[in-house]
Amino acid sequence: MTGAYVASIDQGTASSRCMLFDQRGRLVSMAQKEHRQLFPRPGWVEQDGEEILGNVLEVVGDALDKVGLKLADLVALGIANQRETTLVWDRHSGRPIYNAISWQDTRTDKIVNLLAGEGGKDRFRAKTGLPLTTYFSGPKIQWILDHVEGARAGAERGDVLFGTMDTWLIWKLTGRHVTDVTNASRTMLMDLRSLEWDDELLDAMRVPRAMLPEIHASSEPYGEASDPLRGLPVAAALGDQQAALFGQTCFAAGEGKCTYGTGSFLLLNTGPRLVESTHGLLTTVGCRIAGEPATYALEGSIAVTGALVQWLRDKLGLISSAAEIETLARTVDDSGGVYVVPAFSGLFAPHWRSDARGVIAGLTGYTTKGHLARAVLEATAWQTREVLEAMNSDSGAVLQVLKADGGMTADNLMMQLLADFIGVPVVRPIVAETVSLGAAYAAGLAVGFWPDVESLRANWHRAAEWLPKLDPEDRERRFRKWKKAVARTLEWVDADDE
Amino acid sequence: MPRPIQSIQRAAQVMHLLSGRARRLSLAELSAQMGLPKGTVFGILRTLQQVGFVEKDPDSAKYQLGAALLHLGSTYLDGNELRSRALNWADSLAARSTESVRIGTLHDGRVLVVHHVFRPDDSYQVLQVGSLLPLHATGMGKALLAANPYALAELAGEELTRFTPCTITDAKQLSAALKEVKKRGWAADVGELVEGEASVAAPITDRSERTVGAIAISGPVERLCDAEIPRSDLVAYVRESARAISRDLGAIPW
Repeated sequence: MTGAYVASIDQGTASSRCMLFDQRGRLVSMAQKEHRQLFPRPGWVEQDGEEILGNVLEVVGDALDKVGLKLADLVALGIANQRETTLVWDRHSGRPIYNAISWQDTRTDKIVNLLAGEGGKDRFRAKTGLPLTTYFSGPKIQWILDHVEGARAGAERGDVLFGTMDTWLIWKLTGRHVTDVTNASRTMLMDLRSLEWDDELLDAMRVPRAMLPEIHASSEPYGEASDPLRGLPVAAALGDQQAALFGQTCFAAGEGKCTYGTGSFLLLNTGPRLVESTHGLLTTVGCRIAGEPATYALEGSIAVTGALVQWLRDKLGLISSAAEIETLARTVDDSGGVYVVPAFSGLFAPHWRSDARGVIAGLTGYTTKGHLARAVLEATAWQTREVLEAMNSDSGAVLQVLKADGGMTADNLMMQLLADFIGVPVVRPIVAETVSLGAAYAAGLAVGFWPDVESLRANWHRAAEWLPKLDPEDRERRFRKWKKAVARTLEWVDADDE
Repeated sequence: MPRPIQSIQRAAQVMHLLSGRARRLSLAELSAQMGLPKGTVFGILRTLQQVGFVEKDPDSAKYQLGAALLHLGSTYLDGNELRSRALNWADSLAARSTESVRIGTLHDGRVLVVHHVFRPDDSYQVLQVGSLLPLHATGMGKALLAANPYALAELAGEELTRFTPCTITDAKQLSAALKEVKKRGWAADVGELVEGEASVAAPITDRSERTVGAIAISGPVERLCDAEIPRSDLVAYVRESARAISRDLGAIPW
């Protein structure tokens, strides 16, 4: 091992990125390329698997070129990926038999309802930690096998293979058909306790076992890549949010993080303990390092956070860039009693009400666009508080500090509101790109670049901290108003709505 | 080369004056500062008003830059925008230098801190985003002044506050220091704002090569300097991060 850097791929929903990190976990280089989103019909969202593979190879090359490094300077490659997005390909030709079906795609709603009809949305929750919704891979595989000619027969023979994006990339790079426990935990096909594919689930979703990858640890040398990355060990795969949890060095039970992007994801490490949620959160695998038991996590996702800022920019045109919302929101001292609840497609954790739709409550003649901007930022903070409270109840522990990361952490006002509304300090780590860092850490650990997780903790540093400043009485009074605004979103959708 | 068009030069001068400290100027003030008759200046203002580059404040009857200018893009960079674009590189600079990092923009004759990354040693530190620093006594301030002759001209008439025995308080001396900053592409203050503290800064430019901000590391003189001179490795880190941010600003059309 002569190299001094770890490469990390973040194969995301909109783009693929490569980042190079040195031994102290410092970002050395980065390259990024967006891929197309295909919308063949309303509700359908697809991506081109070959395009994504091409982009991934390109950004690795670009990241090296930018700083004049060579392949030999790298010790390992780790992959973090958009979760649940489903690809099925032909083992012999190496080509996808259908576009990748994005996690956002809702074409499986009928399949999902049919499955739920026999035992409710939580029918598989005890085994998988997940409710029946359109996000997860199992039903997407079923759809492809039922709609592409010859696919099902091929899958039964093992000629047609399934993979999430980690599996597709590893298969193309190393020739091995494997996935990691975190990605497998989002298929709805794996038993969370045994960490194996489960026959009952496979039968229910009608997915042949022969097409599935082997489930491996998240941090483990899967194999060496062939050209154009010849010899590079591929040594980690994690779902992007689990990678962020790892990148934030939340290795112990009780440590949690929230990643703020288009949507936001709060994950809490529960250690070897599998916590079943009674508040609508997901139970998922946090990570498994080779040779060690898996750690579990509770996950609460907020569907609309950064997306609400984008809405203000693209649909209302009140700002010309996302960062400008802070400028606009700072023209006023508070939201002027305005609350925005972005239940664009219903309320998610912890409410789970599909009959809800968004509201702007508390409008008066005094309201300005500044108030609206401020209410938009506040919405993210209030939604975080709701998920956090659910998580505290489920886990029986109270998070003492929130580690935040993601693009929205650049918004200082939003971060201050967050600390104010949740009442505990919010810290941002020095590497905001925790998804990439987590995959790099897991890969570096697997090849001995870092000796243990404690050496990674030493790399974590606070880059900024926001302390709660709001008077608790004022905070609770405003939270009461937020809850009233949430109540006003309910029962909006009628049975005869188009 | 054809001769420059005088009316465009004058219009540009009006806009530069309005982008200065005062922000709002009356017709009389503008004509006095430009040394031109009121009628001439009024004609220029009226045209600029028609295209939205200048607005007249109805209360004070003074002129200010118009909203249309803000949307021309490269002529204006929101501090929050700058922070969001610079986030990764500022973090990276803090990690490499193991010192705290600030990004500042020119604001009302001072440096407005728009971004702050803690020194990565997990000691107790407080975010200083929003604070204002003097132009003549900080690395960031000097980097911004060196690139902006109008800001310097505004300082010329004022007394330069002395913070330490090392603060440059003589306008001529400052002007000479800024020439040096411009030549070498980075700026420093060694004990000029706070005794024993130093900062090293480099300008951030947008795609039109205009300086929109500065990035700096700061810390004790013993760590940042060798014999009162900023360490060359740290200077290189600061300049590399300023270049990386500038590259990212230029790479994205907006």
